[in-house]
Formats: sequence, C-alpha cells, structure tokens
Amino acid sequence: MMDFFRNFPFFCIMLAIVSGPISSVLSGKVARIVSLTVVSICGILSGLTLWYVIGLDEPFIYKMGRFPAPFGNEIRVGILEALMATFFCLIMLLSLTGGMKYLKKDVPEEKMNLFFIMINLLLASLLSLIYTNDMFTGYVFVEINTIAACGLIMIRGWGRNILAATKYMIMSLLGSGLVVISIAILYGITGHLLMSNIHESVLLIVELKTYTEPLIVAVGLFSVGIAIKSALFPFHAWLPDAYSYSTCSSSAILSSLVSKGYIFFLLKFMCRVIGFDVMKKTGADDVMFLFGIAAMLIGSIDAIQQTDMGRMIAYSSIAQIGYIYMGFGLGVEAGLVASAFHILAHASAKSMLFVSANGLAEVSGESMNYRDLRGAGMRNRSAGVGFIVGSLSMVGIPLFAGFTSKVYFASAALEGVRAKQIITLVALAISTILNAMYFIRMTISVYTPEMNEQYEDRSFRAGALYHLSMALFILIVLTLGILSNPIVDWITRGLEQFS
Amino acid sequence: MFAELWDNYISVGAMILFGIGFGNLLLQRNMIKKIIGLNIMDTAVYLFLASLGYIEGRLAPIPAEGAVEATKYINPLPSGLVLTGIVVSVSVSALMLGLTVKLYERYHTLDLDEITTMVRKEHE
Repeated sequence: MMDFFRNFPFFCIMLAIVSGPISSVLSGKVARIVSLTVVSICGILSGLTLWYVIGLDEPFIYKMGRFPAPFGNEIRVGILEALMATFFCLIMLLSLTGGMKYLKKDVPEEKMNLFFIMINLLLASLLSLIYTNDMFTGYVFVEINTIAACGLIMIRGWGRNILAATKYMIMSLLGSGLVVISIAILYGITGHLLMSNIHESVLLIVELKTYTEPLIVAVGLFSVGIAIKSALFPFHAWLPDAYSYSTCSSSAILSSLVSKGYIFFLLKFMCRVIGFDVMKKTGADDVMFLFGIAAMLIGSIDAIQQTDMGRMIAYSSIAQIGYIYMGFGLGVEAGLVASAFHILAHASAKSMLFVSANGLAEVSGESMNYRDLRGAGMRNRSAGVGFIVGSLSMVGIPLFAGFTSKVYFASAALEGVRAKQIITLVALAISTILNAMYFIRMTISVYTPEMNEQYEDRSFRAGALYHLSMALFILIVLTLGILSNPIVDWITRGLEQFS
Repeated sequence: MFAELWDNYISVGAMILFGIGFGNLLLQRNMIKKIIGLNIMDTAVYLFLASLGYIEGRLAPIPAEGAVEATKYINPLPSGLVLTGIVVSVSVSALMLGLTVKLYERYHTLDLDEITTMVRKEHE
C-alpha cells in the first residue's frame, strides 16, 4: 500500500500538464475551478509524498517509461524535493485565491482560461524541475517555465506588459541558450544525461585531470544562464517592469516561484551533478558570493529610490535573490541549508507583500504611489496587517521567517573562510538597515492618517477569500519564523541525500 | 593548439555560430534581427550536439532488417536531443514573433529602444 505513494510525484506532474490543454477549451469560470482543484490536489499529494519520504532512509527513484537507468528518464524524490513541491503548491494556491478579485478586474472573462493554462503549465514545469533526474528534461521544463511566465506577465494586455514580457523573453532566452550549451558540453565530456551518472563521470574526470577546462566552462555557462533567468545582479534589468505591472496573482507567483524554480535547479546542478566539492574547486562559489553580495546592496539601494510600492517590492526581490546566491557562495553545507530555507522564507513573504500591496492600492484609487497610499492600512485592514508582517519578515525582525534565515546565513558564514565571514556579516548588517529604511518608511506611510476626505469610504469590504488567504500567508511566515527547527532538519537531511 | 582546433572544426564552428547568435539576440535593436539571432544560437547548439553523436563511417540509426548490432550505427541519443531542442526552439520563436506582432500593431515600429521610449511617454 505504502509503495503506491511513489506514484504521487508523477501523478502531480501529469495532472498539471494534462489540465493545461484541457483548460483551453473550457470557459474562464470552469478553468478557474479546474486549476484551483489541480493546484490543491498537487499540494495534498506532495504533502503525502513528503510524509512518505521522511519515513524512508533514502530518496526513491521512479522510472519513467520502460527503459532502465542510463537510457531512460527518471524522477528522483527526496525530502528536499517533496518539501519544495508542497510549499510551491501552497504558495501558488494562496497567491491565486488572494489575487482572485484583482484577476477578475484585470483579465477579461474571455481570456480568463488562458491565464489558467499558464498557471497549470507553470505548476507542471516547476514540479518537473524539482523532481527530474535528467538534465535535458530539466532544460525543456526551464523553457516551458519561461513561456508560461511570459504569458502571466502579458495577460493584462497593456502596452507596457507586452514590452516587459518581450524583455523578459529576450533575457530568458539568452539564459536558456547558455544552459543548453552547457548541458551539451557536459554530455560531450561525460556521455550521460542522468544526474547521478554525470556525477560519477565528473568525479572520474576530476581524478584523471582530463577534461578539466570543458568542465569549468560548463559549470560557468550553466551558472551564468540560471543567474540571468533568476535575475541575479547585474542581469536584473528586466525584473522590475515584469513584476510590478502584471496582475496581482502573476506578480506574486513570478516573484516567489518562477525564479525559485530555476534556483532549485541550480542547487541540484551544484550538489547532484557536479558535486559541491568539485564546484568549490572550479571557483564558481566565489563568483556567486561576490555577485550575491553586490545584489544584496544594490537591489536595496535601488528599492529606496522608488516611490511606487510595486516597484519597491520588485527591487527588494533582487536583494533577496542576492541573499540566496550569497549562501550558495559561502562554500559550506550550512550555507546551502540557509539558502534553501531562504527560498521558502522569501517566497512566502514576497507573495504576501504583492497580494497586500494590491489590496492597499485598491482602496487608494488603484495607485501604488506612496502619497496616495497614506492611510490605506486603515482602510483595508487585512492588507495592512499583511504588509506589516511581510515587511517585518523582509527586514529580519525576530519571530518572522526572514530573521530565521538571516541567523542561519550568519552562522553558516562563521563556518567559512575568514574573508567571507567578515564580508557576509557586514553585508548582512548593511542590508538589514537598508531593508528597514524602505520597508519601515512604506509601512509608516500606509498608516499615516489621511487628511483629505477623498478615500474616506468606510464601506470597503475585502472579501472572505482575501482575508483567508492573508491569514494563511501570515500563518506560514510565522510558522517558518517560530517553528523553523523541523523544517531546517528536513532541509539538512534532504541536502545530505543530494550528495 | 591550432591542430586541436582543426581536428574539432565542427565544435569550433558551432561555438562561433553560438557567439554570433548570442550577440545578435542581446545587442540588435530590431526585433526580427533578434529572433534571427535566437535561431542562429539554437541551431549552433544542434550542430554541436549532432557532431557529438556522429561517428565516421557508420549508418543512420534505423535498423533495416530486424535487429542488427549496435556497432554499425551512430549514437542516436544526440539526434533525439536535437529533435526535442528543435521543438522547443520553434515554440519559443513563435511566441517571440507573436510578441513582435503585438508590439508592431501598437507602436508601428520594430525598434525595441523606440518602443521603450514610447511606452515611457505613454505613462508619464
């Protein structure tokens, strides 16, 4: 009976893929119900998978098709994969329910089913990126992810959405070009596409010192490709427009899940394909560290200069992506754990911030300018509370998710080399102050009583669905902040299974 | 050094083509030229993959009469990857062309810089 659980990851992926094309012939309303159901079912199945793999000693391999290991395609499920899948489904569901009201406003009814095709395909590609054991399958789903994300950006149909989507596509295609040529080089020197088989060959290559240069080139190209796609500084130019102009659910999902899917693929590449020790020998971790630190500071400095709340949150994403890359670059296992935890912390807080920012804009004449937002927190209370919690988590106040990940980053840095210790701690301190500057300023602005009576309409009701989504978001952020120990244990065990 | 480059002339050519395509996709201002760059870049990857699988003097991997030993054929896996890659590339090109049409209908130009200026003016 328990072995039946092994089919769940496959069921999730197939369910999401099949529901995409089906949605194209459904009406918007039915497509919405189908999509929400599929995301919920995938969440539940992934949760059950997580519970199942926690009980197992080692990850299990699920064979796709009839052919065995070196030729066939495989799914590999460990604790970290199942945890990420469960979490991504949960965040996607909450982003959809929280943004549902704005979705109906922004997207015409006849185009609604197109939005949900993109959601289903995005879910399928994220789950596949998490679970796959095959590099080329990973590449194909990276592309599907890009196409679906492009659809989410342009669904609103304004001129600037289409322009943002075009710019996003161009940068993403440059990134995927680098990823695919790197996979081709790796295939050329190892003769394999499955991650575990490539890893064995890579160890042999390192031992025999034969194809060292192509290996370094492949590692470099892959890292740069994923860095472009996940908007690491200096490749972040496309991000603010893409995130801030799209509809509420799109921005929440794009900022919290799409870039994280790529980053998780990079994490698998680092630990499972190349191996963390070999990765350190290539020097890629030092480069990631430097660019991560630069992104942390420059993203925050850019965010301070914004007067628009949406753009401010978007720029803060650049800084948070920087944290994750900094953790990858620390060169110790604990840094990877901290980064994986920060993926969860940032995804939950950032999607909540986008949903609450849209709620605040709704009661301020659809404007996200900080002047118009004065007093918005008192007009839409649950959005106001959500914004405070999200801000506190981003700044890193104790009890909230962001604080826990900062603690783990700092303690991971102490295990590393001396130069990185000092740089990390200083950068964390400066970045916290910068984060506080813009988030606290915006929070104060949102709670400053408005003198003119323009928006004094007290009859506003946010709707039960919105309140519920916001409450669950807050619950997740607090859970990650307070009950982080079991989650960090799972992440540590999952990463041990990677190597 | 040059002897090595000469021996691997297909790989070298593929990498040069990849660079040309990458540069065009990144630097051209005209959308159509960007898409042409994208296609050159993707094709370079297929050339590289196909050259990896090719073995001098062997046949295409289609068994003519029943099962024949594998040593007579080239490596079929890279060819399979190329086919998958072509499908991805076609869909991405179609999406890019669709976006170009949308932008052209709205702004009557293919120049991305001009479009950016117009969009900025629209929202001031």
